[in-house]
Amino acid sequence: MNMYRQALDSLRPIVAAIVVTAGAFALFVAASGYPAVEALMLVGKGAFGSGFAWQNTLSRAAPIMFTALCVAVPARAGMVIIGGEGALALGGLAAAMVGVWWASRPVVMVLAGMALAAWVTGGLWIGISGWLRYRRGVNETISSLLLAYIGQAVFNFLVEGWLRDPASLNKPSTAPLDSRDMIGNIPGMEVHWGLAWGVLACLAAWWLLRHTVFGFAIDIVGGNPRAAKMTGLPVGRLMLAASVLGGGFAGLAGMFEVAAVQGCANADLMAGYGYQGILVSFAARHHPLGVIAGAILIGGLGASNSLLQRHLDLPDAAAQVLQGLLFVSLLAFETLNRRGGRHA
Amino acid sequence: MDGRLPDHAASLMPDGPLSIQAIEISKRFGDIHALDQVSLQVDAASFHCLLGENGAGKSTLVKCLAGFYRQDGGSFLLAGREQDIRSPRDAHKLGIGMVYQHFTVASGMTVAENLMLARDDLPWLLNLAREHQALQSFMADMSFRLDLSARVADLSAGEKQKLEILKQLYQKRRLLILDEPTSVLTPAEADEVLGMLHQLTRQRKLTVLMITHKFREVTAYADAVTVLRRGRLAGTGRLPETGTDEMASMMMGNPENRPVQTGPERTIPAKAQSMNLAAERLIIRGLHGSNDRGVPAVTDLDLVVRSGEMIGVAGVSGNGQKELVEILLGQRDASAGEILVDGLPYRATRHEMRLHGVYSLPEEPLRNACVSSMTVAENMALRNFDQVPVTAGWKTGWFLSRRRMVARSRSLIAEFGVRPPDPMLPIDGLSGGNVQRAVLARELGQPVNLLIVANPVFGLDFAAAAAIHQRLQMAREAGAAILLVSEDLDELLALTDRLVVMSAGRIVHAVATADADPVAIGHHMAGGHA
Ligand SMILES: Nc1ncnc2c1ncn2[C@@H]1O[C@H](COP(=O)(O)OP(=O)(O)OP(=O)(O)O)[C@@H](O)[C@H]1O
Ligand SMILES: [Mg+2]
Repeated sequence: MNMYRQALDSLRPIVAAIVVTAGAFALFVAASGYPAVEALMLVGKGAFGSGFAWQNTLSRAAPIMFTALCVAVPARAGMVIIGGEGALALGGLAAAMVGVWWASRPVVMVLAGMALAAWVTGGLWIGISGWLRYRRGVNETISSLLLAYIGQAVFNFLVEGWLRDPASLNKPSTAPLDSRDMIGNIPGMEVHWGLAWGVLACLAAWWLLRHTVFGFAIDIVGGNPRAAKMTGLPVGRLMLAASVLGGGFAGLAGMFEVAAVQGCANADLMAGYGYQGILVSFAARHHPLGVIAGAILIGGLGASNSLLQRHLDLPDAAAQVLQGLLFVSLLAFETLNRRGGRHA
Repeated sequence: MDGRLPDHAASLMPDGPLSIQAIEISKRFGDIHALDQVSLQVDAASFHCLLGENGAGKSTLVKCLAGFYRQDGGSFLLAGREQDIRSPRDAHKLGIGMVYQHFTVASGMTVAENLMLARDDLPWLLNLAREHQALQSFMADMSFRLDLSARVADLSAGEKQKLEILKQLYQKRRLLILDEPTSVLTPAEADEVLGMLHQLTRQRKLTVLMITHKFREVTAYADAVTVLRRGRLAGTGRLPETGTDEMASMMMGNPENRPVQTGPERTIPAKAQSMNLAAERLIIRGLHGSNDRGVPAVTDLDLVVRSGEMIGVAGVSGNGQKELVEILLGQRDASAGEILVDGLPYRATRHEMRLHGVYSLPEEPLRNACVSSMTVAENMALRNFDQVPVTAGWKTGWFLSRRRMVARSRSLIAEFGVRPPDPMLPIDGLSGGNVQRAVLARELGQPVNLLIVANPVFGLDFAAAAAIHQRLQMAREAGAAILLVSEDLDELLALTDRLVVMSAGRIVHAVATADADPVAIGHHMAGGHA
């Protein structure tokens, strides 16, 4: 009984934020001289209005689930990591390379190798931030953001240089995967298997945090590092572990983009999923199950973007305005909720 | 509100002290009746004390009055007029101010800046010169002073609490509510602060409503008391007619109804020679450590604690005790020196804590020893969530059994009398004293060899304080070595076997408690050794 009330209580600020965002977006659209009501309807329609819209939404939601976990897991240990985009790019690149080098091996092995390579690369990349925090006290938010830029630059450097497939003419890419190694769609849908794996990853992360000794230790570290130290927990090492784990998830996002969508690593990997994951994780209060819902919501906004552009000729930036508004009002309502609630 | 400068110099409280009447106030938190039709009458210009056991509902009542909570039923009359207090801002407008046990001052700023910024009607632009002038004349009126240009970070606990009170007075409060304001103060500091407030009530400038657990303060300053018990009004009385025994029985209710908690009988400590033979549990050699600002706080400290012995560390707060405890707890790194437990180097790892049975009861348990976002059961599992009774499944040690976690906390809650006895409550929903009990239960829930304790009965009612003292003595009888850091000299004199005095980060005096001379100790505490 209490649990339901709690769940409802935690939904309230989210609903309020969505309503306020819709209102503010309508105002913004109207002020720019476009029909506001129609724009809102188009957002709804483009995201969830048809079978096709749903499929588009869900395809976008899949990588966001992974990148949101890259924020959520370290956040449970008290770290704000915002560099998922870099881990996604490098993880995707590593996966693409394994896919090319192992092309002659059995499919299962290729995919497992790609996943492992992506996981390790992403984990190490975000792990650098965790390590800098643990060893040097460097703020992990800043370092992860800088590392995201570095990661993207390294990605571009490699993809445009050493790892470039000479056949990719106007869009530098790595050599394409063998079509046999591509991840297909979930039967009956135009959505690739990455969605199912994303949901599975969220469930696994939830289970890990909720039911394992490691997860509980992470929650103590994030909840009060002083209490963690007083009970002798290795605070630094747990933070490092959480960041490596989170980075692994972002790496997997890259792997699925490569193996299910692009077929190779190129600049299209960096479509902003890493940043959308930040939004989703905060909206979900870093709860892995909330991440599933949040990713679908944000995936929907992305999906409706093209409809907005096509029908209303709204500029590309409108979608970003919408996302930004949502993020700000989620944070605002979250803070308000805490203030009004139990404290002092 | 406009941004005009209040003319503090003219008169402190132009509107005079407020009287309050609370009529049948009720407040529930979920299933808990924190307040059940509680009425309260505080006369204008009186010094009124609110008493009650831990969890009686005292803080809840004053938070309703100060606008932090909204009562579910009942109403408040201020100066005879019914007032609807919906927010702290409303309360401020009515002239109600509140001071907490914890500080809310901004520590990076100066005293003057803290005083200026406290105003609700802070204008967009400050006329600094005029503000300073107003502050200076305000300070001149006060019987206790603070250096306006001092940085808050450099103030002692007592001075910070004074600043909290000055902040309220500067805003011309007509009613000042204080929730256990003296628990972080030494008795002398407490007297200075309360004496000044008392004087203001005598001058009919202020009404004071104070929550306290200290009868000494009640008998010294209060005009009247109201006693709560388990969310109900248990009685009222005027002073000096009402004696402390009478107040105590109002607080505790019918003696048959409650578990017997015998007071701490002073047990005769083990004889000196057998103590010398006892194992040296904790050895500290040449310990150095810095405070948060990097200034040395602990300097070349040596100390030995033997098993079956309780050593008291006395001293005025801010002389390195906090840093010493933090180093021993593993919350702060030492810059030099060594710590040995059972003869082995000790780095406060989980493994070492378990191997040597090192546990602790730090001060401010919510800040130092609890995760406030977790439940009571989870907090009680902080020590053993990774051990066999709480872990389960394939390869014990990997998976949590929340069921067993809750079951274990139920039995600890029963054994240590935590109220309300609900393991699923968030820990920060418990009253201060019950948080303390929950932590104590966790730390003493297994055999203990070395116990590090800091100000263990801050904010506890006398029965709870006696119960904790008794637990400490039991642990000592069972052979534990105990290091008790306390700012309460009486507590140390009553409990410990040996006493050391800490001043400016060093131990400046050591004496067997039986031979201790409070005057000499006071002299050393005040730095008179130099
Ligand atoms: N925010 C809250 N949520 C849930 N329960 C609460 C909350 N605040 C107080 N309670 C409960 O209400 C009761 C009264 O608490 P309160 O803090 O008023 O006690 P108190 O008399 O101030 O005790 P203490 O002397 O220990 O500070 C307790 O049982 C406490 O657990
Ligand atoms: Mg209280």
